[in-house]
Amino acid sequence: MLKLPIYLDYSATTPVDPRVAEKMIPYLFEKFGNPASRSHSFGWEAEAAVEEAREEVAKLVNADPKEIVWTSGATESNNLALKGAAQFYSGKGKHVVTVKTEHKAILDTCRELERQGFEVTYLDVRDNGLLDLEVFKAVLRPDTILASVMFVNNEIGVIQPIAEIGEICRARGVIFHVDAAQATGKVVIDLEALKVDVMSFSAHKTYGPKGIGALYVRRKPRVRLTAQLHGGGHERGFRSGTLPTHQIVGMGEAFRLARLEMGAESERIRMLRDRLLKGLSDIDEVYVNGDLEQRVPHNLNISFAYVEGESLLMAIKDLAVSSGSACTSASLEPSYVLRALGREDELAHSSIRFTLGRFTTEEEIDYAIRLLHEKIGRLRELSPLWEMVQEGVDLSTVQWAAH
Amino acid sequence: MSYSVKVLDHYENPRNVGSFGKEEEGVATGMVGAPACGDVMKLQIKVGKGGVIEDAKFKTYGCGSAIASSSLVTEWVKGKTIDQALDIKNTQIADELALPPVKIHCSILAEDAIKAAVADYRKKHAESV
Repeated sequence: MLKLPIYLDYSATTPVDPRVAEKMIPYLFEKFGNPASRSHSFGWEAEAAVEEAREEVAKLVNADPKEIVWTSGATESNNLALKGAAQFYSGKGKHVVTVKTEHKAILDTCRELERQGFEVTYLDVRDNGLLDLEVFKAVLRPDTILASVMFVNNEIGVIQPIAEIGEICRARGVIFHVDAAQATGKVVIDLEALKVDVMSFSAHKTYGPKGIGALYVRRKPRVRLTAQLHGGGHERGFRSGTLPTHQIVGMGEAFRLARLEMGAESERIRMLRDRLLKGLSDIDEVYVNGDLEQRVPHNLNISFAYVEGESLLMAIKDLAVSSGSACTSASLEPSYVLRALGREDELAHSSIRFTLGRFTTEEEIDYAIRLLHEKIGRLRELSPLWEMVQEGVDLSTVQWAAH
Repeated sequence: MSYSVKVLDHYENPRNVGSFGKEEEGVATGMVGAPACGDVMKLQIKVGKGGVIEDAKFKTYGCGSAIASSSLVTEWVKGKTIDQALDIKNTQIADELALPPVKIHCSILAEDAIKAAVADYRKKHAESV
């Protein structure tokens, strides 16, 4: 029996896998000790659990457990990485490079770095959402100290060429940070091979709990960061604060499951995504946003031309998805990511992001396809733009009264 | 975001959706908004003898509040003279639909659509008025 609404917003967050939840629960009451307590078994037990989880996180990305620092999530990881590296290496230079399609946790942190006196270059992407390596190379300067590029884009799911960017950064002596919040459990991450210096992780995008994340900080060659949270000197001084054992245990188990199951899971999800795409492709004027090849199978971001995103969300309220349109904001700005792809505003306003995950079923996908067919037809009947296009009007030649 | 019952009703059951033939007697069209802003409204009025709006139709590209605002306006203008129609204010539309502050622009657009349709009517009938 199909349960409504259907969750197709796994890039916003994922449910905690029941196996993960089960493993977390004992650490709330029975095994509640502070992992920093050195004088009794309560502390030792908690510490052992934290270190086991650290090993699991390290294993998923082929790193050394000593390179993993616990944080409250990817936003904090990104803040610590960017501010910490920029401040520590500011003696070498004050130029930072990032990309316009990064998550707000990167872009807003870069704005803060600008306020602190750093200069930040925000790079454009190609119309498929991918960074052009030549463009990247060209902006590096002798005073460039830090570059930050996300692994997998949260809106369109495209996979940036992290290996190639890493080579360029290493050759130029630039610290390279990667926001991998959307990548864990979706793409193979091998930090032995990748020349990445700092990498951010989140638990709740990979079937772990919210409020916990980690930062990988390379030891060979050693990367230094200026701490942003001061206190008890936890996490070797990188990040003070009592460790939330239950959440850490959850993240460890979630990442262990991701390591064991991602191969089969990605194949299953790819099949479902292809089914969704095929099911929608017979609707007129449907466009996929972002490269379809260099992309995680979990994401399908589609523009349904001449239908506004928010009204479409209302029409398909049986589906929990998100829209690139932000008509709720006073500025009426559509998604900055889609704009960076050079999508016309009307297509950016018409986009829906479907993100599939561990618990998505074929039945749910088929329901979504049927519902979209019906509702797109209805909304286009309501759309003056669709009517004009059917009459052969070229919308780009119309003089709109902008408001 | 959450919508009021009235917005949902107009959105689920929009009144007077469609278009009149452009050549039909007494038909005037107001098209406002821009695709880049995320909403475009087309309001058509059919004006009979004595300047009374006998019928109205709309099509809207936009969010639920924009669709509801234009649907509501087609109901309100019917039976009014074009001068009375011009008295409809965005605040009345916003109140009726209980629009939240971020959606006030939808009601403004609907008021603009009435003005644009009436202006089109007056332009077409400048000689006869």
